[in-house]
Amino acid sequence: MITRFTRRLAVTAAVAVGALALAGCSGQSSDQSVASEAPSHLSGTVSLWHFFTDREAKVVQSVVDDFEKKYPDVKVVVHSGQDDDKLTKAIAAGKDIDVGISYSTDIVGSFCSSGAFRDLTPYIKRDKIDLSQFPETVRSYTEFDGKRCTMPMLADTYGLYYNKDILKKFGYTEPPKTLSQLESMALKMTTYNADGSIKTLGFNPFMGWAENAAAHYGPAAGAQWLTADGKSAVGTSPGWPELMNWQKGFVDKIGYDKLNAFSSGLGQEFSSNYAFQTGQVAMVLDGEWRTAFIKSQKPGMDYGTAPFPTADDHTDLFGGGYITGNIAGIAKGSKNPELAWALLKYLTTDTSAVVKLANGLRNVPTTQDALTSPDLSLGDTFTTFLNVMKSPHSDTTPPSPVGAGYQQTFNDFWTKFQSGKGGDLKAGLKNVDKQINDAISPLDGAVR
Amino acid sequence: MTAPAIARGAAGRAVDTTRPRRRRTSLRRRLTIAAFIAPSVLGLVIFFAYPLLASIYYSFTNFNLVSAPQWIGLRNYTYLFTEDPLIVTATLNTLWFVAILVPVRIVTAMGVAGLLARAKRASGFWRTLFYLPALVPPVASVVAFVFLFNPGTGPVNQVLAFFGIKGPLWFNDPAWSKPSLLLLGVWVMGDLMIIFLASLLDVPADQYEAASLDGANGLQKLRYVTYPNLIPVLVFAVITGVIAALQYFTEAAVASSVASGQATVGGSAAQVIGYPSDSLLTYTQWLYERGFANFQLGYASAMAVVLFVVAGLFLVLLLGRVKAFTPEGAR
Repeated sequence: MITRFTRRLAVTAAVAVGALALAGCSGQSSDQSVASEAPSHLSGTVSLWHFFTDREAKVVQSVVDDFEKKYPDVKVVVHSGQDDDKLTKAIAAGKDIDVGISYSTDIVGSFCSSGAFRDLTPYIKRDKIDLSQFPETVRSYTEFDGKRCTMPMLADTYGLYYNKDILKKFGYTEPPKTLSQLESMALKMTTYNADGSIKTLGFNPFMGWAENAAAHYGPAAGAQWLTADGKSAVGTSPGWPELMNWQKGFVDKIGYDKLNAFSSGLGQEFSSNYAFQTGQVAMVLDGEWRTAFIKSQKPGMDYGTAPFPTADDHTDLFGGGYITGNIAGIAKGSKNPELAWALLKYLTTDTSAVVKLANGLRNVPTTQDALTSPDLSLGDTFTTFLNVMKSPHSDTTPPSPVGAGYQQTFNDFWTKFQSGKGGDLKAGLKNVDKQINDAISPLDGAVR
Repeated sequence: MTAPAIARGAAGRAVDTTRPRRRRTSLRRRLTIAAFIAPSVLGLVIFFAYPLLASIYYSFTNFNLVSAPQWIGLRNYTYLFTEDPLIVTATLNTLWFVAILVPVRIVTAMGVAGLLARAKRASGFWRTLFYLPALVPPVASVVAFVFLFNPGTGPVNQVLAFFGIKGPLWFNDPAWSKPSLLLLGVWVMGDLMIIFLASLLDVPADQYEAASLDGANGLQKLRYVTYPNLIPVLVFAVITGVIAALQYFTEAAVASSVASGQATVGGSAAQVIGYPSDSLLTYTQWLYERGFANFQLGYASAMAVVLFVVAGLFLVLLLGRVKAFTPEGAR
C-alpha cells in the first residue's frame, strides 16, 4: 500500500534526482591548458558554426576552402545558419563546436563571463599576435572585463546615406555635417500631400524606424553607455539628453502623429521598397551593408555616403560613427582547441582571408593591413565606412553580461519620450539607469 | 488468509489449481497494460515532469545557460513581483487577451455556428468558408493581416478612405494594436466554430419539440435547451482559450516585427519586441526576451513557474466550478 509518506518520499526523491541531473548538465569544465609552442603540423577535423546563409555562406565556404588548402590534413566541418540562440544552446548542451561566429557584439559579455567562449590570451601570447592591428574600438568590443574570448571577424560601421538627386533638386551639393544642418536641410526637403500628410521626408527622425536606435546615434554626441565599473552611464552622460532633445524637437516640428502615420506606411527595411531606395526619404542613418542592398535592389541609384553629422557642440567628433561587428571564439567544449585556434587565427588575422571575406560579404575589414589593402574592391561609396572604421571618434556599445538588454531598456524609454509620454527627461534617464543596473549588476544586486 | 477469500470468490471450484494460472494471467495483463502506457509515461516524464522540475530548480538560481547555476533563493521571485519594470505592462497586455480575445472568439464562434446550423442551402460551402482561415499558419495570417492593415498602403484603409473614413494606424498605434490582433483572432475562429457546430447539431430535436409544446419561445429554448447541451463544449473552449491567451506569443511577436518595418535579423539594438510602445509585449514574450536575449535563464524560469501556477489556478477554478465534465453533470 502506498502511504502518504512513501508518496512524499518518492516526490522528494524525484525532485532531488532532477536537481542533481540539472546540476550535472551544467558547468562542464573545459581544458584550458595550452601547449607552449604552436604545433608544427596540423591535422584532424575542426567544426565551424556560423550564422551566414545562402550567398554569404558560400563566401565563408570559399575562405574555409583556402584554409583547407593551406593545411591539407585539416578538415573543416561547416554548420551554416546557426544564430546566437542556437549557438548558445548548443554550447550549453556540450555539442561538438570548435569555432563559433556570432553576428552580434552583444553576445561577447555573456559568452566571456559565462565561459562559453575560451580565454584566448594564452594562444595570443604564445603566437605573438599583435592586437594593435585591430582598431581600438574593435578591441574593446571583443573582450569583456579584461578577458579576451573573441576575435573580430569583419565589422559594421554606420554613416549617412543621401540621395544626390533629391539634394540637388533642393539646391544642396554637400551632405550635412551637424545635426542642426541635417534638420534644416531635411525640413526643407520634406514635402506634404494636399491633406497635410507627409509625401516625402528629408530625414526620418522617428526613433525605432529602420536603423534609428540609441546605439547608432550615440557617437554623434560622444554619449556613453557604461561607466568604467560597469554601471549605467545613460543618466549621467551629457550626450544623451542632448541627442534626445534634438531628436524630439525635430519630431515635434513635423508632428508625431504625421511621422508615425508616414513611417508606418513605408516598406520593410530590407526589402526593395525600403524608403531610401524608393526616394521617400532623402537621407538615412545606415550601415555599410546598405551599399550591397542598393547594388542588388536599386543598381542605378545616385547616392552618396558621409560620416553621420555630429551634435553642434561636438563638431570635433565628425568622421566617427557607430561600429559593431561579427565576432568569433573557441567554444568551451572544443575537442580540438589547437585546430580551432588555427582556424580562428586564419579567419581573423590573415590579410588575404580578411580581404576576401570583406569583398564577398561587403563588410568592413577589421585589421589595419586589410583596411589599407589594395585588393579591397568595395567601391567609392564604401570608403566612408572604411574611414569611420579608422576614426578615433568612432564608438561602440560595450559588452555586458545581459547582451543587448540594456540598450533595449533605453530604446524603450526614448521611444516613449519622443511621443511625449516619457515624462521628465532627467527622471526618466535616472530610471533607465536603475533598470540597467538591476539587470547587469551581480548577484547582490538583482537578477541575471 | 487468502485461500478462503479465493474460495469465496471462486465458489465451488478447486482453489489450488486455479491460483497460479490466474496470477500469471494477471501479471501478464498488468505487463501488457504497462507496456502500452510506458511510451506515454516516458513522454510525460521526459517532456513534462523533467522540464517542470528543471524550471522550478532554475527559478531559484542565477543561470545563464552556459555556466553552472548559482543558488540565489527567492531573489528572482522578489524581483519579479516588486522590481521588474515591464512585468506589469506585459501582464496587463496578456490579461487583455484573456479578458477580451477569449470571450469575443467564443461568442463569435457560437454565433457563426448557430447560423450555420440553420443553413439549409449550400451549408457545406459556408462551413468550409468559415473554417478555412483556421488552416492558415499563424505566422502567415499575421503577416497578411499587417499588410492588409498597413495604414499607408494597405487595402483596408484605402477602402475606408474611399468612404471618407480616415482609418487608424492599426498595428502601428498602441491603442489599436491589440484590437487589430483581436480581429485576426476572430477571423481564425474556425476551429472553435466547428466544435460548437458539432455540438449544436447534436442537441436532440425532441428536446426542442418538448419545449415548443410547453410554449417556450426562441430565447427560452436557447436558455433551457441549447445552453445546457453546450456547457461541456463551452467549458472546453473557455479553458483552452484562457490557457492559450495566457501563453499568447507568436501572433503578437510577428505583428510587432512586421509592423515596425524592421527585421530582427542581425540582432542589433534595433529590437522590436512589444512594438508599438510595448502595447503588444505579452508575458511569454518578456519571458523569452529575458531568457534568450538577456541570458537570464533563472529569471525566465521563475516567470515560467509563475505562469504555470496561474494557468493551473485558472484550470482548477474553472473545472471546480463547472460540473459539466463530471458523470453527474453530463447526465
